[in-house]
Amino acid sequence: MIIGTIVNGVVIDHIPAGRGMELYSKMKLDRLECEVALIKNAPSGKCGKKDILKVNEEIKINYEILGYIDPRITVNIIKDGQRVQKMHPALPETLIDVIFCRNPRCITSVEQEISHVFRLTDREHGVYRCVYCDAQADKKEK
Amino acid sequence: MRSLIDILDLSKEEIDDLIGTACDIMDHPEQYSEICKGKKLATLFYEPSTRTRLSFEAAMYELGGNCLGFSEANSSSAAKGESVSDTAIIVSNYADIIAMRHPKEGAPLVASMKATVPIINAGDGGHNHPTQTLTDLLTIYKECGTFDNLTVGLCGDLKFGRTVHSLIAALSRYTNVKFILISPDELKVPDYVKDQYLDPKNIEYSETEDLEAVIPELDILYMTRVQRERFFNEADYIRLKNRYILTPQKLVSAKKTMKILHPLPRVNEISVSVDDDPRAVYFRQTLYGKFIRMALILKLLEVQ
Repeated sequence: MIIGTIVNGVVIDHIPAGRGMELYSKMKLDRLECEVALIKNAPSGKCGKKDILKVNEEIKINYEILGYIDPRITVNIIKDGQRVQKMHPALPETLIDVIFCRNPRCITSVEQEISHVFRLTDREHGVYRCVYCDAQADKKEK
Repeated sequence: MRSLIDILDLSKEEIDDLIGTACDIMDHPEQYSEICKGKKLATLFYEPSTRTRLSFEAAMYELGGNCLGFSEANSSSAAKGESVSDTAIIVSNYADIIAMRHPKEGAPLVASMKATVPIINAGDGGHNHPTQTLTDLLTIYKECGTFDNLTVGLCGDLKFGRTVHSLIAALSRYTNVKFILISPDELKVPDYVKDQYLDPKNIEYSETEDLEAVIPELDILYMTRVQRERFFNEADYIRLKNRYILTPQKLVSAKKTMKILHPLPRVNEISVSVDDDPRAVYFRQTLYGKFIRMALILKLLEVQ
């Protein structure tokens, strides 16, 4: 399968296989006018299979989302057809409107305009808790 | 401008200062009787309460201030769908400080993000109740004279009992405090409380269903009510509500110096025949609650 190389833009690599579409949605890449490629289940030496996102435009990267999905994701910044920067997103301290509180007792369940804010409370185990009710983020979302 | 949303918003030193102020108010009430003249406290209570709301109002009146507010959501604009944020902005125009109780967890935090006056969390669902914790701490201090080296038994609904979670958080900052968590399996302390406050500091605690087996060890027995309003399933409530009932017989093996606390209201978890036992301090606890709220109002209003 051949996807053309990009000139100026971003390659988000080493996305856990099957989570590329989720990342595509959370990063709102559907709103871009430029070429965007989602490659699913690409072979990977490191993890067997992976997803890759290629965006043929310089975009503002939301590292919070990438770090939350998997800190092993790599972000490659491409300029004039060359990779000029490679980064690993860290596990973010705070997530705002990336994941949503499922606790029916939480104020966010009734007041729709409030941002859903989660704070990293256990870096070792990647545990996030809602700042309003302390409910732990649903692991199934990870 | 400070708000009090979680007991851990206050440092250990600030709590010690509040307790000191409360003790001074108890000793010299006349020196504080006009100190908040011209100030207003708004009590925004979206769910029923007797002690908390009345003690806040009594506290403000005894400081020379005034009170306004509502005691149920149906008598406020919440019934028309007004958000907590909007209510907080509006009430900030009418009062100098707000005490808020709300059935939804995190509502006072949301209010504090928009209000231009201090917000006091007077209980948010099953989550936090910091002024009850301050009340409990003042009670322990006045009745035991220390926070250190105590074995504290917490009994009953430790899952939904917000006062329990806040008390564990607060006491975990003192030296050599040991917790014995007494509850049925369905109402155990949530993992996050243990993960956040007990395990990181290697604080000694044990979990049991058997109150009588551990009562001889306790310096403090903190009883709680199984809260009907926190259950989605009535059958579960009925099954668990009579699990622990403290009677004079169960107190026979307890220390003579043990103190029995309860955030109240009680239903039947402490027999009325225990009320005259000198170890029962739960009615005095409500009086301490007024004095610590007076101290808190002074602190948040920055009244010298």
